[in-house]
Amino acid sequence: MWSRRQGRLRPTVCGVEELRRRRREQEPRDLGSGRPSHARREQQLVSKRLLREDAPEEAGEGCVAAILGEAEVQQFLRQAQRGTEEKEREGALVSLRRGLQHPETQQTFIQLEGSMRTLVGLLTSNQALLQLEAARCLHELSHSEQSTIAEACLPATSYLLTYLSGHSSDFIELCLYTLGNLIVESEAVRRQLLPQGIVPALAACIQSPHVAVLEALGYALSQLLQAKEAPEKIIPSILASTLPQHMLQMLQPGPKLNPGVAVEFAWCLHYIICSQVSNPLLIGHGALSTLGLLLLDLAGAVQRTEDAGLELLACPVLRCLSNLLTEAAVETVGGQMQLRDERVVAALFILLQFFFQKQPSLLPEGLWLLNNLTANSPSFCTSLLSLDLIKPLLQLLPVSNVVSVMVLTVLCNVAEKGPAYCQRLWPGPLLPALLHTLAFSDTEVVGQSLELLHLLFLYQPEAVQVFLQQSGLQALERHQEEAQLQDRVYALQQTALQG
Amino acid sequence: MQLPPALCARLAAGPGAAEPLPVERDPAAGAAPFRFVARPVRFPREHEFFEDGDVQRHLYLQEVLMQVADAPEKPRVPAFACQVAGCCQVFDALDDYEHHYHTLHGNVCSFCKRAFPSGHLLDAHILEWHDSLFQILSERQDMYQCLVEGCTEKFKTSRDRKDHMVRMHLYPVDFRFDKPKKSRSPASVEVPGDSGERSEGEAMEICSEPVAASPAPAGERRTYSHRSVSKLFLKHVLNVCSVLRILGCTWAAALLILNSER
Repeated sequence: MWSRRQGRLRPTVCGVEELRRRRREQEPRDLGSGRPSHARREQQLVSKRLLREDAPEEAGEGCVAAILGEAEVQQFLRQAQRGTEEKEREGALVSLRRGLQHPETQQTFIQLEGSMRTLVGLLTSNQALLQLEAARCLHELSHSEQSTIAEACLPATSYLLTYLSGHSSDFIELCLYTLGNLIVESEAVRRQLLPQGIVPALAACIQSPHVAVLEALGYALSQLLQAKEAPEKIIPSILASTLPQHMLQMLQPGPKLNPGVAVEFAWCLHYIICSQVSNPLLIGHGALSTLGLLLLDLAGAVQRTEDAGLELLACPVLRCLSNLLTEAAVETVGGQMQLRDERVVAALFILLQFFFQKQPSLLPEGLWLLNNLTANSPSFCTSLLSLDLIKPLLQLLPVSNVVSVMVLTVLCNVAEKGPAYCQRLWPGPLLPALLHTLAFSDTEVVGQSLELLHLLFLYQPEAVQVFLQQSGLQALERHQEEAQLQDRVYALQQTALQG
Repeated sequence: MQLPPALCARLAAGPGAAEPLPVERDPAAGAAPFRFVARPVRFPREHEFFEDGDVQRHLYLQEVLMQVADAPEKPRVPAFACQVAGCCQVFDALDDYEHHYHTLHGNVCSFCKRAFPSGHLLDAHILEWHDSLFQILSERQDMYQCLVEGCTEKFKTSRDRKDHMVRMHLYPVDFRFDKPKKSRSPASVEVPGDSGERSEGEAMEICSEPVAASPAPAGERRTYSHRSVSKLFLKHVLNVCSVLRILGCTWAAALLILNSER
């Protein structure tokens, strides 16, 4: 089931570095809030730019498409519109489509009077193959990163939406990808699509049995949900439609789960949930239960080493669960809160190990969920102890400062529950690990270590002696000049000396 | 990172929650200068915490979009003609035929042979063109339904409906599926391929004025069972197409197979 994804993933090392480099160039860091402005939008633009730069070299037809001039564009349009031979008309549109891979041709096209009107006419003709080629031309235009080009496609959107309720699955798929691309580029396009009924159109289309259509729909919806105005203008109407229930259905583990489709809708759910518009509604639809079961399924897939592309689905699932767990509604759902199941902790650790080996950059996301599971749950904290997971958790400390802080935070979640918990944390690898993290230079890591030490000393006083014997005081002294740490260092020194 | 061997067994076993150890907090735990409080953390959209995962997501999308942008390699077969009466369109690829069939023969009005992109638009057309009961009722109440999916508004006249679609739904004034009826015999077949006086391609139409000459009582409206016949035909044809594709047969060979079975 999961191995299907393998063929579609290419080595991404160069791509990742390029993306990060461009992102940092573009992104003006707002150090005050720590929030990068336009970061997500810029990333989307960057992705599209990379796509188009590669395409001309990849033209599989054996020739590189040439840039078309105004006269050529006009000629192809005329031939498509008025040609006598079916094949001639289709051929003209194919030539136009190839030319439209170039931004220059795209500009020429939209500046030519009547060109879009002609293309829309062909899009709505009763010649099915012309219609398909016209749609492909529109799809090429949709790849442009110029919002003016996207806006030039506005006359076509009502038809693209109308065709979503047809039956030709290839055509519907094309329309959906085209719509998704146009949505990214222009707020004017989105402002038109909403009153044109894109949400009901998608809600009707999501009942299609075709996997390719569902994947395309998920893509288009995910682009719509990432719009900056989405929380106010888009998400409320999506939550009011039947889309959430259908999305969750497609995330239910079982033989009908399609990985490509699930990835798209998991991301859609993430964009909805992190916008915090009405998460209790999603909890009411069983989102926690569905996502929890999906997490178990993912861990099972990892164990069966069917892991190709698995992180693409794991990432949004972790995010959705983590954010949903912060909702007050979680507490009031009563006995239906399936996330009391300690298999979720087992599954999460299996995924953490997978990330550790294959995708360390996702470790913080996994640990985020672990924090949210354990923060207010004595049961999950007990599971960490009874399933013997403290040692594996400590093994993550060297990965990075961010990971260290999160590991220490989770351990604090356990320790703060009292003596019964701290007894199980000591003796063991915890104290040596803490002495090690106290040697770090990162203030946040050291700060969190101090918090954990404080809890350990409070609830397990025998630990103090061992701490002293293992040169703990010297480890503390190193930080006594640090402004953010000194009060806590001093307090711990006092505790140690009095103990 | 090494996991305890019993963990996999725990995952495979049934659901269950650990019996929690007793919680017993000392107020000194949260006393200054210590400030740790166990709390779930929430990250809003656009938070930089999401950077790495988002980068992976966009790389994956690049891959997908590139596959969509390349027009698919169509497997070719010897040329064959569409079997629907009156349609002489010829194809050399099964995918093309499938699209043609859905587009032109999938939602066809059996009264006037006009084709529509969806069942929804076909239904509206039949009501407004060929149903005399509709005409009678529309004199007394708002019957012209908005054509936009999800909108339940109804109007007295098709003109009012068009105004609504333009104003409220930002639809184009010349939306091709809401054109006024052309004066043409309803029995004429739209034969694709006769370019004639077609300017931007004949579009499928819903009209605003009814055809007075064909009084079809509401009960007979169901003669647009041409649609369901078409669907059965389509199912049969497409099943054959699928089988052929799987078997890698040519069309001619398939005809041989079919003929030999009779």
